[in-house]
Order: sequence, then structure tokens, then C-alpha cells
Amino acid sequence: MSEFLQQLLNGLSLGAIYALIALGYTMVYGVLRFINFAHSDVFMVGAFIGYYLGKLVPEHTVWGGLGVLAAAMIGCALLGMTIERFAYRPLRSAPTLNVLITAIGVSLLLEYTGQVFFGAAPRNFPEIFPKQNFNLGSVIVTSNQLIVIAVSIVLMIALQLIVYRTKIGTAMRAVSLNPKAAILMGVNNDVVISFTFGLGSALAAAGGILYALNYPSIDPLMGVMPGLKAFVAAILGGIGNIPGAALGGLILGTVETFVSGSQFSTYKDAIAFAILIIILLFRPAGLLGKFTVEKV
Amino acid sequence: MLTVTDLSVSYGAISALGGISFSIPQGSIVTLIGGNGAGKTTTLRTISGLLRAKTGKIEFLGEDITTLPAHKIVARGLCHVPEGRMIFSNLTVDENLAMGAYLLHDKALIAKNREYVFSVFPRLNERIKQMAGTLSGGEQQMLAIGRALMGSPKFLMLDEPSLGIAPRLISTIFEKIVEINRSHGITILLVEQNANLALEVSSSAYVLETGRIVMQGESKLLRTDPQLKATYLGG
Ligand SMILES: Nc1ncnc2c1ncn2[C@@H]1O[C@H](COP(=O)(O)OP(=O)(O)O)[C@@H](O)[C@H]1O
Ligand SMILES: [Mg+2]
Repeated sequence: MSEFLQQLLNGLSLGAIYALIALGYTMVYGVLRFINFAHSDVFMVGAFIGYYLGKLVPEHTVWGGLGVLAAAMIGCALLGMTIERFAYRPLRSAPTLNVLITAIGVSLLLEYTGQVFFGAAPRNFPEIFPKQNFNLGSVIVTSNQLIVIAVSIVLMIALQLIVYRTKIGTAMRAVSLNPKAAILMGVNNDVVISFTFGLGSALAAAGGILYALNYPSIDPLMGVMPGLKAFVAAILGGIGNIPGAALGGLILGTVETFVSGSQFSTYKDAIAFAILIIILLFRPAGLLGKFTVEKV
Repeated sequence: MLTVTDLSVSYGAISALGGISFSIPQGSIVTLIGGNGAGKTTTLRTISGLLRAKTGKIEFLGEDITTLPAHKIVARGLCHVPEGRMIFSNLTVDENLAMGAYLLHDKALIAKNREYVFSVFPRLNERIKQMAGTLSGGEQQMLAIGRALMGSPKFLMLDEPSLGIAPRLISTIFEKIVEINRSHGITILLVEQNANLALEVSSSAYVLETGRIVMQGESKLLRTDPQLKATYLGG
């Protein structure tokens, strides 16, 4: 039982990170109907911003950790908006395939530019937050897990408030439902799309920092695997569906953790793709997604 | 208020409008009638900036808006209620109305517009928390018009408001269109295939056929025009 609880806790904290990344995929898909493959590399840049800034603040402090987190989120929001502005916006009326190929190009650009600036060798992520283990009976809760869960909950509530309670959030949903109608309301869709990239990229940066706290060896290709898994999580929840991305992330993280703790541990990375195949076969719209007829 | 001069538009190589001109005086209801595929929707989309003119000029309140981006045209008070209504189906009625007031920042004005919309369409008030996609066709049309009124428009373009609506509701909606024009002095360009009804509520009319204006004049005169009767008014 306690081992089950332990694994569940580990799984949920990994899943929360996947969820943060998956939200960016799903939100961008919502407004532009394409998968931003560069998203996983924004996650990586987030971790590297954390790495460099982490050296400037004293280790093991809450304010230092939160400061680094906030700075990485702002930095990546700007990066995401810049990518959208220069790589994707010129292709607004181009076929989706062109945009997808461009996204792969941007992804490679970030990965290899990362290798030039950061070097290809893994680096050790600083301990920016205080570190402590708590024993709840036989379940060990690490402070990092608590930070992951607390930060994810706060960010997801904030996202929920932005998307459902603010004017720009309503505009985001409107653009995603019917971009032409949104224009006719006076919405500048470019501004909304840019905002969506900023928001998604900030969450990816938070994911990058939280991931690096738990897996403190970071390198320019570190985004690839978590990025793919978060992408699967977004599909699992129903691409374009915000609560779906969060749910998909949590499920995927939990399943992966249980698999890696079992005799099938060598398949822990494969499980995500098995889930992807199953979902595409049996419920292609995802758990919370539904096929909506788009009225043009 | 709106002057369109020698407007032509094409989709790729296919010409949809071949140089049309018309003007709409302030405070009037003018109708643009014509059969399916005549170019009515294309005309409205070009005026509101969703499509670009190949040649010609569109002037609104004395200023050239031909190349202005669509969201800036709305900001000048020219609002387009598109064909097929295009309400945001997964947003509530309330949120749809809020989107209509997207460009307004004055809370008091937004509240006043909401009151006005509810006075014109009390049904929307009853459905306020409902997802817009669950409304009936007629209610969706009310929402589309209500949403447009939320932005304090000076000029309203309605694309086939009678399309796909229960006959009982059509006359209600047309009464409301007249009411909006009378009580708030909002100028209206009404696009319709239902020529009888459109000629009844409008002061003047243009008849569009395959991208050209083939007839124009006072609505009450056109209603008795033998040629028009034969083609559009069911004999
Ligand atoms: N998106 C489009 N692509 C190509 N041709 C179009 C498109 N929309 C309309 N057309 C053509 O332009 C002409 C005018 O269409 P439209 O303006 O929709 O007419 P109406 O609104 O009067 O029914 C028609 O011949 C139609 O087939
Ligand atoms: Mg039409």
C-alpha cells in the first residue's frame, strides 16, 4: 500500500510537469490548429535560464527559487512570442504542412543553437529551492515534489482564471472557435495568438525548471523526450482542450511511473507511445475532446 | 455613410464581383437582394475587410477604408453580422455578448448596451448562461444581432438574417431590425434572398446578379416592378 502511495505521488509530480508542457501544445493548437514542435525546446531554454540565473541567487532559498522560476517564465514567454512573430506569423495563410515543417526547423534551430551556447555536455542544475525530505509513515515526500505540485496547482488555477475570467482569455477561446467571427468583433487575432504563445511558453519554462529540479542533469536535447510525452498527453486529453491537457499529463506521468517501478521498467518510455496508438485507434478525439463540426 | 465605388473582387481567377457601386445614406435601411451566388456575401466580406478588393474604393464616414484591416474597420463602428450567424457555439450567451463589446472599455456603456440588447431580445436574457450552440436557429440569429449591438455600431450589415429560421421568427426578427434602425438611428445594410420581406422594411434597394448591380431604386417602387416580380418575388 505504501509503495503504491509512494509511486502515485511520484507519478503525479512527474505528470504535473507533463501537464504544464502539454497545456502549451494544446493552447497553440486551439488558436492555430498546428502542433508547435519547438515547444519542447522552449522547455529546455527555460531550464537553461534557470541554470544560469540559479547561480546568481543564493541556493536553497524560497525567494531565490521563485525568482528564478518567474524570470525563466518571462524569458520563455518572450522567446515563444518571438518565435511566433518571426517563424509562424508569416505563414498564417500557408498550408498547415508548411507550418509544421517550419516548427520542426525552429526546434532544430533551438537545439543546435543551444549546443553552441550551452555546450552539448550535460550540466548540473543548481539546487535553487530548499531541500528536505518528509516522512509520512513509510511514504517519503521530497520538498521538490511538494514544490512541483504546489507550483503546478497555482499555475493551473491562474491559467484557468485567465482563460475563463478575463477578456483576453475569452478572446482566446473565441479565436479558437471561430477566428473570422473573432475578427468581426474587433479582435486583433495576431495579438491573441501572440499572447497564447507567451502563456504556453511561460508554462513550459516552469515545467523546465521543475523538471530540472527533479532530474538535475540538463542538456540542449533534454526537451525531446518530455516534449514528446507532453504532446501525447495533450492528444490523450483531447488536443485543443485545456482541462484535457492537464488530465492527460497527470495520467501519463502516473502510468509511466508505475510502469518504471514494475518488471516492465525497460518499457517506461514506450508506454507513452503505446497510449498514443491506443487513443488514436479507439478515441482519436481524446478523453475530454469531442469532434466538433467547425462552421466556416 | 457608406459609399462603394467600382468594387471588384475575385477568388483566385474566378471573379465574384465585377465593379459594383452603391451608396447608403445615414439612418436608412438599404437592401441588397439577389439569388444564390450573386455576390452578396462577397460584397459584405469585402466591406468589413475579411476579403480584399481587386479594384475599387470603399468609403465609410468620408474616409477610405478599402485597405484597412478588419479589426480596425469594426473599431470605426461598422459591424458585420455574417451569414450563418457565426456565434461562438462553445461560449455562453453572456460571453458571446461580452465578445461583441470587445473594443469597448467603458463599463457603464457596456452595461447600457446589454440592457438595450435585452430590451430588443428578451429571450437572450432568459438564456444568458446557456452555451450559444444550444440555442435554436432564431435565437442564434438574435444573439448574432445582439452581439453586434454590444459594440455600439453606427452601421450594421446583416447577411441573410432569415436564413434557416422558423418562419414565425422571421417576422419578429425583421420587426426588430426596423426597431433598431428607428430607435437608435443605426444605419442598416440588409442582404437577403427573401426579397419580399427585404423590400418591405427597406427604403431603397439594389439587385445583384452574378456580380453586377442590375437594378436599383426605391424599395416601394421595386416591389411593383414587373421584371423584378417575375424573378425574385415569386411572380
Ligand atoms: N471562398 C470562395 N472561393 C471561391 N469562390 C467563392 C468563394 N465564396 C464564394 N465564391 C463564389 O463567388 C460567387 C459569389 O458568392 P457569394 O458572395 O457567396 O454569393 P451570395 O452571398 O450572393 O450567395 C459565387 O459564384 C461563389 O461560388
Ligand atoms: Mg451569401
